[in-house]
Amino acid sequence: MTDVVHAEWTKLRTLPGTGWLLLAAAALTAAVGAIAANAVTCPAGGCQLDPAKVSLTGIELGQVVVAIVAVTVVSGEYSTGMIRLTLAATPRRWRVLTAKAAVAGTVTLAAGAVAVLASVLAGSLLLARHGISPAHGYEALSLGDGPVLRAAAGSVLYLVLIALLSLGVAAVVRDSAVAIGVVLALLYLFPIISGAVTSPAWHRHLDQLSPMTAGLYIQATTNLRSLPLTPWQGLGVLAAWAAGAMLAGALLLRFRDA
Amino acid sequence: MSVMAPYQSEQRVRRDGFGQLLWAEWTKFRTVRGWVIGLLVAVLLIVGLGAFTGVNSQCSVADVTPQNPNPPIQACPSPPTGPGGEWVSDSFYFVRQPLAGDGSITVRLTSLTGLYSTHGGFGSPQNPTAGMTPGVQPWAKAGIIIKAGTRQGSAYAAMMVTGSHGVRMQWNFTHDVAGLAGKVSADSPRWLRLARSGDVITGYDSADGTHWTKVGTATLAGLPSTAQAGLFAASPGYSANSTSLGGASSTGGPALATGTYDRVSRLGTWPAGRWTGQAIQATRDNALPASAQGFTQAGDRFTVTGSGDIAPSTDSIDSVKHSLAGTFAGLIAVVVIGVMFITAEYRRGMIRTTLAASPRRGRVLAAKAVVLAVVVFAAGLVAAAVTIPLGEHLLRDSGNPIYPAGVLTMTRIVVGTAALLAISAVLGLAVGTVLRRSAGAVTVVIAGLVLPYLLAVTPGILPVGAEQWLVRVTPAAAFAVQQSVVQYHQVDTVYAAGTGYFPLAPWAGLAVLCAWTALALALAVFLLRRRDA
Repeated sequence: MTDVVHAEWTKLRTLPGTGWLLLAAAALTAAVGAIAANAVTCPAGGCQLDPAKVSLTGIELGQVVVAIVAVTVVSGEYSTGMIRLTLAATPRRWRVLTAKAAVAGTVTLAAGAVAVLASVLAGSLLLARHGISPAHGYEALSLGDGPVLRAAAGSVLYLVLIALLSLGVAAVVRDSAVAIGVVLALLYLFPIISGAVTSPAWHRHLDQLSPMTAGLYIQATTNLRSLPLTPWQGLGVLAAWAAGAMLAGALLLRFRDA
Repeated sequence: MSVMAPYQSEQRVRRDGFGQLLWAEWTKFRTVRGWVIGLLVAVLLIVGLGAFTGVNSQCSVADVTPQNPNPPIQACPSPPTGPGGEWVSDSFYFVRQPLAGDGSITVRLTSLTGLYSTHGGFGSPQNPTAGMTPGVQPWAKAGIIIKAGTRQGSAYAAMMVTGSHGVRMQWNFTHDVAGLAGKVSADSPRWLRLARSGDVITGYDSADGTHWTKVGTATLAGLPSTAQAGLFAASPGYSANSTSLGGASSTGGPALATGTYDRVSRLGTWPAGRWTGQAIQATRDNALPASAQGFTQAGDRFTVTGSGDIAPSTDSIDSVKHSLAGTFAGLIAVVVIGVMFITAEYRRGMIRTTLAASPRRGRVLAAKAVVLAVVVFAAGLVAAAVTIPLGEHLLRDSGNPIYPAGVLTMTRIVVGTAALLAISAVLGLAVGTVLRRSAGAVTVVIAGLVLPYLLAVTPGILPVGAEQWLVRVTPAAAFAVQQSVVQYHQVDTVYAAGTGYFPLAPWAGLAVLCAWTALALALAVFLLRRRDA
């Protein structure tokens, strides 16, 4: 198994795009977070503001870059025919998928940690400059604070789960363009349809089912009662989507000709 | 020994024209099963999600009272309709008497004051103004009006002073012309006059009662020979729009305006001879109850207190936008097809054959763009033309009032949606040519189109200024082409993408997407020529 993971790591490491994409994911996440934090204007009376969530807004953009990396890990092999060599070398196909998941998950974890740390740092500096500080009755944005730590660590986990979801989808559909299309549709369509449906019950159901909306509940640190799920339940919804995609990918890889 | 004739193809020699190139690209498109299926999926997603939204958007009202705790659920009522077919709010206090035939009314206004509620409601039925704050709303109005009748939505023309927009002449809800600027006060009174001649009503204003200026002329088609004319006052509700995170959030409540008049004089035939006061309003209007409104008269001196607004209604649900929510799903599908239309050639090595057969590379890309645009436009036209009436029907069945958008607007939305899909697919083709990587190209295009829209319409993510900027400069500006509601400068409300109002005009928004696509296509042609395939 170590050999398989090592082989996958070599394949990913030696692709010229991987490093740039992961760097872009981290940089875009931090940049969008900083822009959002910098754009905050709050009237003197105060506003309903979740400092941790604002600082981590960039995850919404960073996740699509992570999805590209994860999709390419699988579909890249199909587009070049490399998959036949890989499966000849490792006939136990589930091992290949597990190794790919381990490698993609680990690099996402690393890039995600950098992105989140940079976002929280930028957020705490910029928000304090815009009057979102303990002097005005807001909690200071610090990783020592339990809910903020949950939001930060949860956002890293969110990115890892997005990578696994993308990997599973790519194993099911095998083509990069279609795979990334399906992943983006899963992420973006739920909130759009939920916004268009006016029935409150369906609005709630769609938010609870949405991998992105529910998954990002992990970033909430204030006003938790207004959410239809708790932060960890929300991340659980995304985990269920990722597990389902990985399972479908593993089964199809096992029973289908490559 | 016989000499064999060299082989000669029986195919007729044809010119190597653009037509052949188009035909070749069309053959490639229609023979890839996945792309044809993808296009069908796009159409089905647009229609299916539109139907899903329609079915699951119940709108119902029920008046819970102590006597009737479980009232039957009724469909939401439509706002009254103005002479132009648009939804209007038409609630105000009307001090009126019939005017038979031609005539005129002249008044002098010496003050306009107001009260507003900051907490959403009003005091109690006995004392409705309890707890309200003094202050006049920017579009609070008091003045004179000639109206076809007392039915809400009937034709009218009015001259008025407003809280902070000076003297205005307004008629039939959507028309608004500015007169004298500045606020009204005892030191600087405003004289107003309305004169009827047949169907034509002319408004004049004056600062001193001797030097009059014509403000505007309104033609009210079908105005009955005996119209209702007199004094009125109204004030739209107070709203404080949060400019911080929270997007389109606003708080506020109903408001009152009081106008003080003197020197009321009339010309023409006024058969009743005395004034009648009446609050024109319906139960659900954003106005204070009739008991808070009223008028006093002492000789030719009047005060009139009214609540509500005479203006186009903007608090409506954009039903077309709801029906077309599936556009985004279709968009993702056609962008994937557009990207694959070129990246599949690179992946299979087909591009070398294509470029060998047609060495002028720019023309290859042009042929691909034309075929893709035409095919996707046709599919989008079918999808939008089916979805809008279907969605409207289902929304109506779910009890929603349907926004009266008009045939021209509907046509623009159907054609615009098809164009939006077609241009997005071509943008996918161009970005796919530049990047030559499917995953990257699909992500760039979809993140550029859908993510800004999503960030702009979801409340609580971005401040209002950033939202407006996003739907102005990014390709997401193109969704303006689906806007059916109309923005009016004479109504203050939250005009944000989240409530269906885009900062750019419909075709200007689509032009932003066209500009991005043209830029990407130019770069694609440049790189296709420069690089080895």
